[in-house]
Amino acid sequence: MKKGAGSMTALAPPIGVLVELTHRCPLGCPHCSNPLKLEPPAAELDTETWKRVFEEAAALGALHVHLSGGEPTARRDIVALTRHAAQCGLYTNLITSGIGVGERLWGGLVEAGLDHAQLSFQGADEGTNDRLGHYDGAWAKKRAFAAMVTTAGVPLTVNAVVSRPNLHQVSAFIDLALELGARRLEVAHTQYYGWALANRAALMPALKETEEAIRLVEAARPKLAGRLVIDMVVPDYYARYPKPCAGGWGRLAINVSPSGKAMPCHAAETIPGLEFWNVRDRSLAEIWADSPAFNAFRGTDWMREPCRTCDRKEIDFGGCRCQALALAGDAAATDPACSKSPLHARIGRTAAAEAEAGSEAIRWRSYKAALEG
Amino acid sequence: METSAKPRLPRGVKLRHDDVRQRWTLLAPERIFEVDGTAAAVLQLCDGERDLGRIVAELAARYNAPPAMIEKDVVAMLGDLEAKRVLDL
Repeated sequence: MKKGAGSMTALAPPIGVLVELTHRCPLGCPHCSNPLKLEPPAAELDTETWKRVFEEAAALGALHVHLSGGEPTARRDIVALTRHAAQCGLYTNLITSGIGVGERLWGGLVEAGLDHAQLSFQGADEGTNDRLGHYDGAWAKKRAFAAMVTTAGVPLTVNAVVSRPNLHQVSAFIDLALELGARRLEVAHTQYYGWALANRAALMPALKETEEAIRLVEAARPKLAGRLVIDMVVPDYYARYPKPCAGGWGRLAINVSPSGKAMPCHAAETIPGLEFWNVRDRSLAEIWADSPAFNAFRGTDWMREPCRTCDRKEIDFGGCRCQALALAGDAAATDPACSKSPLHARIGRTAAAEAEAGSEAIRWRSYKAALEG
Repeated sequence: METSAKPRLPRGVKLRHDDVRQRWTLLAPERIFEVDGTAAAVLQLCDGERDLGRIVAELAARYNAPPAMIEKDVVAMLGDLEAKRVLDL
């Protein structure tokens, strides 16, 4: 018997598909959520396969496609891919570092029908941005990219990934988003997967600084209503309840890796024993309905206590499976970010101790080293 | 709202019929708004060319309803969408 969604209702289609078009990236951010083992260029899907994936995603019911990476514009066919996704009726969102996108490439993306651009910043000033992005000159290039986006009338989101080295800049990030003409700002506290997990000791903020950052965002929101929408991803080591990772496993989203592995979230590969199907071999509809990996933690049937009888089980969906594995050593455990997990107090202490120790030993995300290593 | 206002969806906001779920949607950055059939009929006329007066007149003719009543509903709906930053007036 196939594991269903824990109820008799039919499987609802996904809302969005996030495609990691490539793991190539000019930046070296220590908070990157990509896996430590990056995929080489030779393994990347070709143009025609990605186009088919977009067609299948639209037919399946996906509305948004997030063109991500690595740096998605490192793909030479990024304009053709964007055009095809738009022609399929998908809402196209480019998630970019802004590095390497000149006037000509940008013009091509606009003409291809790009709907929205999300631009990352690693710091709210030049020094912090270029140091954390591990790329001299990134600040100027990002600002030039933002100007091209707003000049073309394409809506811009500024994505500020924050952690201990730049958490004090939250107000400055808000000012930066306003100055650049962004309509939306994401203050995304680093989530500890992939490179970020490897760098956790150098990135974890203290609880007090975290609370202050949250307070600043909440205070700014009403003042900026109608000008700037601020979305915030909170740091879950200090949370009371876990985040419903990807909105619930296999519930809203599909993530496709550069080589075509279809996953419920970008970190799902860290869980041993899951069988991922590849878009080269199967349609997205078949993967969504029947892939063992998507059905492994779909719905609520897989839950144990305290999740099984928790009144939030349809809200949090047990939290994040990858974090349960990383912190509890068991992907089917309650996410230790939840206050009902027996490990919750311990991870809070670990976080506080790492913040207090203040390590500055950073392992920069290196594409070359990751391929060789 | 002036009758000479020419409402339009800004770049980055799209009205789309969702064939899979059998409903109209407004797609925006990281957001999806469900809209009913009546609202979709109004939004299809918000092309930045037609002004509010003409939109109301066309809808009044189509639905054989008093223009004053149509205008009240249309103004409320468009005002709501403007506040959500998914419509330019």
